[in-house]
Amino acid sequence: MRLLGSDLACFRGGRQVFSDLSFTVEGGEALLVLGPNGVGKSSLLRLVAGLVPRFAGALRLEGGDPELTIGEQAHYLGHQDALKPSLTVDENLVFWSRYLGSGQETQAALAAVGLETIAQLPAAYLSAGQRRRLSIARLIAIRRPIWLLDEPTSALDAAAQAHLAGCMGQHLAGGGLIVAAAHGPIGLAAAKELRLGGAP
Amino acid sequence: MSPLAALFVRDFRLAVRVGGGALIGVLFFLIVVTLVPFAMGPDLALLARVGPAILWIGALLASLLTLDRLLAIDHEDGSLDLILTARVALELTVAVKASAHWLTTGLPLVIATPLLGLLLNLEPKATAAVALTLLVGTPALTFIGLIGAAITVALRRGGLLVAVLVLPLTIPVLIFGVAASNAAIVGPVRFGTPFSILCGLALMSMVVGTFAAAAALRHAID
Repeated sequence: MRLLGSDLACFRGGRQVFSDLSFTVEGGEALLVLGPNGVGKSSLLRLVAGLVPRFAGALRLEGGDPELTIGEQAHYLGHQDALKPSLTVDENLVFWSRYLGSGQETQAALAAVGLETIAQLPAAYLSAGQRRRLSIARLIAIRRPIWLLDEPTSALDAAAQAHLAGCMGQHLAGGGLIVAAAHGPIGLAAAKELRLGGAP
Repeated sequence: MSPLAALFVRDFRLAVRVGGGALIGVLFFLIVVTLVPFAMGPDLALLARVGPAILWIGALLASLLTLDRLLAIDHEDGSLDLILTARVALELTVAVKASAHWLTTGLPLVIATPLLGLLLNLEPKATAAVALTLLVGTPALTFIGLIGAAITVALRRGGLLVAVLVLPLTIPVLIFGVAASNAAIVGPVRFGTPFSILCGLALMSMVVGTFAAAAALRHAID
């Protein structure tokens, strides 16, 4: 599996965010998108997920399911957690796992992120880090080959960051690929780097 | 459970739990219709004559009030991003969301109608006619509202704009809803004639609303 972007350009709000952007990510490989604020890291992830229109360039997934779009084969972990405060932790995860996948393995995923003891608590009472962990449980519960992670380590403590690194390692070992936007290392040992906005 | 069934259950749960808004619409309906006799005075004959129109206007306004729950909330908390990456046709998704929305906000209006008919001095037969037209008409209002909700989804607090966009589109439904109710009460047209047109409008709005809303959502993303 290989994700190829060539000469991508993105316009948002009438402003060119980036142009002539090219990258290649192979299965089992991670791409770390780096750069200062406002340079288009999040826009690039949303563009790959199909949530922002592509102004120019081509985006291709080799070895994927030709019936599905790239967004339908990808997990998008954005700044917002997509959790409903009035549903419990368990209900939130079970819903996304049934709607985006087949509804399997939610209990194992909850246990994997350490939220199994508060599964019946409404999501309104979760801390920022716990909300993030619940979002990460979604990535584990539903299998999709591409992970698009927007600053995945924000709000996570050291133990949770190490655990996320383990999850990402497993995903890569299983042949998946990761594109992550971040401001520094997020625990991926051998990640390719894509710097936006010129030299640091 | 299939993805669409899961979506239906989730939207239903959200609507009936605290802060969900299932009761807001019907309470608003109750208050608007209750205010009318106070404003118009105790002329029972007049109330009975304008009763169907008042019930319809009340239901129309009440169904507008909850439209911002339909899609805007999912956009605010990022759920819509994930919905767009699901392997389910967007048309089916918005149709299921609108159905769950109607079940929690439209059907209670129909159920409350017999009670409000008493306040407006409507005959049992007239109340039944209004309730029947609302049962057919409220899905039309929901699916027309779905278009407005989808168009304004990217605007923060687009609630007022939805009302301005949606109200003109609901005029045909209002005309034939009230006409069918009046036909059942005073004639001379048979109830079936305007009622059939109302049914046609409802079916049409379900098809047009679903496809228009899905198209609007695809263009609204940014």
